[in-house]
Amino acid sequence: MNKFYHILKTLFLFSWSLFVVFPFLWALTTSFKDANAITSGATYIPWVDYEPSTQGWTSLFTTGSQGINIVGPFIDSAAVTLIASLVSLLLGTLAAYGLSRFEYRLGFVKNADITFFFISQRIMPPIVLAIPFFLMLKELGALDTIFGLVLVYVALLLPIAVWVMTDFFAGIPKELDEMAMTDGCSPIGAFFRVILPNSVPGLVVAGMFCLIFGWNDFFFAFTLTFTETQLLPVSIVSLNSSVTPWWSLSAFALISVAPLACVAVIVERYMSRGTMSGAIR
Amino acid sequence: MLQVDQLTTADPKVSLQDISFQFDAGNIYTILGQTGAGKTELLRALIGLDPLVEGDIKLDGQSIAKRPVKDRSMSLVYQQFINYPHLSVLDNVAFPLRRQGKKKADAQSLAAKMLTVVGLGDYLQRRPAQLSGGQQQRVALARAMVKKSRILMLDEPLANLDYKLREQLREEFPRLVTGNDDSVILYTTTEPREAMELGNTMIIMTDGRIVACGPPADLFANPPTKDAASVISDPPISFISGFVRSGALYFGEGQLAPNNGLHLPMDGPVTIALRPDAIEPGGAFNATIGLSEFSGSETIVHLDFDFGRAIMLVEGIETFEVGSHMSVSIKAEHIMLFSSDGQNITTRIK
Repeated sequence: MNKFYHILKTLFLFSWSLFVVFPFLWALTTSFKDANAITSGATYIPWVDYEPSTQGWTSLFTTGSQGINIVGPFIDSAAVTLIASLVSLLLGTLAAYGLSRFEYRLGFVKNADITFFFISQRIMPPIVLAIPFFLMLKELGALDTIFGLVLVYVALLLPIAVWVMTDFFAGIPKELDEMAMTDGCSPIGAFFRVILPNSVPGLVVAGMFCLIFGWNDFFFAFTLTFTETQLLPVSIVSLNSSVTPWWSLSAFALISVAPLACVAVIVERYMSRGTMSGAIR
Repeated sequence: MLQVDQLTTADPKVSLQDISFQFDAGNIYTILGQTGAGKTELLRALIGLDPLVEGDIKLDGQSIAKRPVKDRSMSLVYQQFINYPHLSVLDNVAFPLRRQGKKKADAQSLAAKMLTVVGLGDYLQRRPAQLSGGQQQRVALARAMVKKSRILMLDEPLANLDYKLREQLREEFPRLVTGNDDSVILYTTTEPREAMELGNTMIIMTDGRIVACGPPADLFANPPTKDAASVISDPPISFISGFVRSGALYFGEGQLAPNNGLHLPMDGPVTIALRPDAIEPGGAFNATIGLSEFSGSETIVHLDFDFGRAIMLVEGIETFEVGSHMSVSIKAEHIMLFSSDGQNITTRIK
């Protein structure tokens, strides 16, 4: 029975892995094909099924009619995503710590209401926010700029950071802060010296959420930029002209996914590290 | 040295009520009370973790009530053995020294010495999670002691340990925490035995108030109030309603109680307190066995009399059939009398 279960489990995991990996494999093979290879049916093995071509990749670094240079959009996307994520994480972590450790009361408004207020910012559909954001950035002269996008993304990412970190801090015993204070820390010192080092898994999760949203967002990147600033999701769509260059599109897709995949692999080990084991019994 | 004047807090669970006391240097004070008596709240108020509604705390005559926690020269060991999980055992103990401004090498050297004192010299580079419960508590204790605070507070430090470890640490505690004549040690516990073994002054708390204080042996022999008697007695003391009439002592139903050697108060209602060792098998009182349980090498028997339930302590392990009847005697020399307002009114004829 155990052996049967083991085989079943292995079979399921293998099928699921195939299901997850297959789109990447498809994109990888497509990125090395030319127009003829793409239209001649499903082929996978280079030099056997088709003659590989690097046209899909080289076109991404070529300007003019021969291709689209993705270096600029890549740098813009990286700058906007990183800055917005870091600012959101910094502000969100501080706000979450305050909400989890101190009691706020203004009339009927209490901590839970403030936390909900943050989360409620994400209840509205993006289209509702697009016009106000557009008008505000226009007033600030920040339309079509990295700064303008960072402002908007911080407003959108902050609720995620606050939500994740409030929940995480709630799981850290308050006695740890108190112990740090009896050991000579100020309340802020206790946060930076004791609570933050023990919050790495929470920071990683919140950071990943922020990075994923910032990196993949198309809607605001499309509505709030024109020609000066262009992010990767908008650039990739611009490839889709009358004749779709599937080879470039596939290479573009793989390059777009690569940074997040790399970050996920690097930070994965921190997601389980620094738990509260040994803090309190 | 540490003086507390009319300390009052507004903790939603247990608030301290008008506590005044003077803690002298070089003494170990055990604070005994049941759960919810306000022991932890007292320590938290002293160290500054809970705000005061009223009152003052003075250290060497200077008010420290408004000082931040880190500037009070107090250490606290929690019941739950709290350590910093991201630091090694050595860095855990060096942590407060680093906050005092000591260089890393000096702090680690002092921390290593303290860890050797508490028997963890071989575990310096381990993380707290890699230690047993008793070892984790030793790390917490070492971190509290290494600071050389004027006030060392231990909040039921053995409560979360298993029986054997508790016994072992209880034996070691006096060696570990004494030796500094300049400091005051406050040790809270719910266990009378622990309180009597460790402290040279015992404070008994109930409902956020100090109800008694003094040398442990005196308090045990002559608790000033019914509450104090209840807290300090283990196994529990039994309280039975009674009355005095015409120079005789009666249990509630009118059954004559032994009173030889007791100077009885004026006629009126009294509470008769029977310690478990006041009752012995064989005698004039009939009772039904309500419950029988073993406690170490002794047997605790719950007896139902006509006038109420009382507990008898029998040396050795003996089996008593629940529901069966037995006759017992009650020794007058172990009876205590309390007035209707809970004051000890026991006077023995010399």
